[in-house]
Amino acid sequence: MKYLAQQAINALQLGSIYALIALGYSMVYGVLTMINFAHGDVFMLGAFFCLLLIAIVPVPFWLALIVVMGATAVLGTLIERFAYRPLRNAPRVSAIITALGCGLVIQNTTLGISPYARPMPHLLDNVTYQFSGITITTLQIIIIGVSVGLMIVLDFLIRKTSFGMAMRAIASDRATVSLLGVPANQVIAVTFALGAALGGAAGLLYGMAYPVVSAAMGITVGWKAFVAAVIGGIGNMRGAVLGAFLLGAVEVMTVAVLPSTYRDLIAYSLLLLILIFKPHGLLGKPALHKA
Amino acid sequence: MNMIGMTAWTKSRYLPPVLLVAGLIVTAILPDTGLVNDYLQFVIVSVAINAILCVSLNLVNGWMGEFSVGHAGFMALGAYASAILTVKLFPAAPPALLFPVAVLIGGCVAGLAGIPVGILSFKTRGDYLAIITLAFLMIVKSGLENIPYTGGPRGLLGIPRLTTVAWAYFWCVVTFWVIRNLVYSKYGRGIAAIREDEVAAEAMGVNTRTAKLVAFVTSSFFAGVAGALFAHQLQFINPSAFDILKSTEILVMVYLGGVASLGGSLLGAGGVTILTQCLQPLGTWRMVVLPALLVLLMLFRPGGIMGYRDWNWLKPRISFRPRLEVKADAKQETIP
Repeated sequence: MKYLAQQAINALQLGSIYALIALGYSMVYGVLTMINFAHGDVFMLGAFFCLLLIAIVPVPFWLALIVVMGATAVLGTLIERFAYRPLRNAPRVSAIITALGCGLVIQNTTLGISPYARPMPHLLDNVTYQFSGITITTLQIIIIGVSVGLMIVLDFLIRKTSFGMAMRAIASDRATVSLLGVPANQVIAVTFALGAALGGAAGLLYGMAYPVVSAAMGITVGWKAFVAAVIGGIGNMRGAVLGAFLLGAVEVMTVAVLPSTYRDLIAYSLLLLILIFKPHGLLGKPALHKA
Repeated sequence: MNMIGMTAWTKSRYLPPVLLVAGLIVTAILPDTGLVNDYLQFVIVSVAINAILCVSLNLVNGWMGEFSVGHAGFMALGAYASAILTVKLFPAAPPALLFPVAVLIGGCVAGLAGIPVGILSFKTRGDYLAIITLAFLMIVKSGLENIPYTGGPRGLLGIPRLTTVAWAYFWCVVTFWVIRNLVYSKYGRGIAAIREDEVAAEAMGVNTRTAKLVAFVTSSFFAGVAGALFAHQLQFINPSAFDILKSTEILVMVYLGGVASLGGSLLGAGGVTILTQCLQPLGTWRMVVLPALLVLLMLFRPGGIMGYRDWNWLKPRISFRPRLEVKADAKQETIP
């Protein structure tokens, strides 16, 4: 029982990081119906920005979080402006290819600058608490707390503000919404910025939890979050969070039972299985028009 | 020779087979002449392997207009299947006999793996098909990493170097010949119709399921062949050689050379192979150039150098015989 509770906390920690990244994938897909393959690498850069920031000025955790989120938000908007916007009316395949290319450019540039994995310095005093045999660290509380907090803020933004309304409207019909006077391009840019900021926050949190940062993180972790978003139903925010926690739980269970090298195998097999039986994910709705 | 004789000679139907056989003879004696050194031979073989990969991916991504990123996965299956044969099962067999069989079996294993992906493509397309092929690639890669028999993540060592220039040339010609005949056939028209509009193609009587299955299985078969040649060229394979970057490399070839084009595939494969060889001194930064090239291509010339076009000499000769012979005594239908 204690063991299970301990694993549940680990799963929550991994799941909440996945959820933050998965939200970025899902938001962009919801608005543009485009897979932003570069998002995993934006997440990876979040961790590197944090490393860079601490190397220049030792800042407290909260400030680092805000700065990193700001930096990745700018990066996300830049990618959108220069790589995706020119392709807004091109065939969908072009957009996917561009996204894949952008992601690999970011990843390999980082690899060129920093060929080896780097350790992440401690940003916080990590205190371990014991609750009737279950250990939980400050770090875990902060990771889960910050993630859930950001998710609540995002949910509020999407459901209650005029920006969120514009975003949901663009998701359902971009052409009509543009005709009605909603600045679609601005809303899309802000969506990218929000998604990238969440990804950056996830990068920082991931770097703190598993204190090694490497250029391959965008694929090993970032794409796993993408799997989570697809499992939950890409385009659906709550689905992304559900998929992320589900995937986190499955991965923690896999590692508990099998050698850790089976993680990817199980995660991607789960993705294929879900796509076979529920082609639009757990909470996703089928597209109204075919292709 | 006068002009008319010249034209008759170049238009002869015996010219292509004669040229192809001559090419085979040239490539067979090339290593013994000492005219090209080992490095050049390596580059030539690489161009041929990449051309096979490029034209076979072009069948799915170009002619059918889908987006598959799983080509490196099929390649990995072919490479491992053939290498298991030559290294583990029959290390003593005569290579001249074993190698063609190993390459064929490598292709067949990959082709079999293409069946489930093809079946999954019946209902999903676009983004979701891309996700499925991505999942396929990841499953193959991490599956191979967990098989101790083939060395796990360390890979399979000591593969004999059996891929000669002549073999690479031979398989390259076979691939282009099969895919050319496929895309200019009834099935090929069906595959192209799926690209333009799947619903309309279905309505016009194209059996989209058969067409998709044929496209995926052919494409993955030749990816497996290329993988087998690749394994016996490098003499060493490991799962991380077949990652998403390998797929991207093939994608760059397809979209640089030109989608839905045989000549474009040749140009793309040659161009990218030579470019990567020239960029060798850049080290890791070389891997930035290819994806960046892909992005720039998509932004400025999405069709590639010769998208949807082809050189005439690569197209089959079409004789315009009437399909339905009208009988002389058939009565003219009169409109009432």
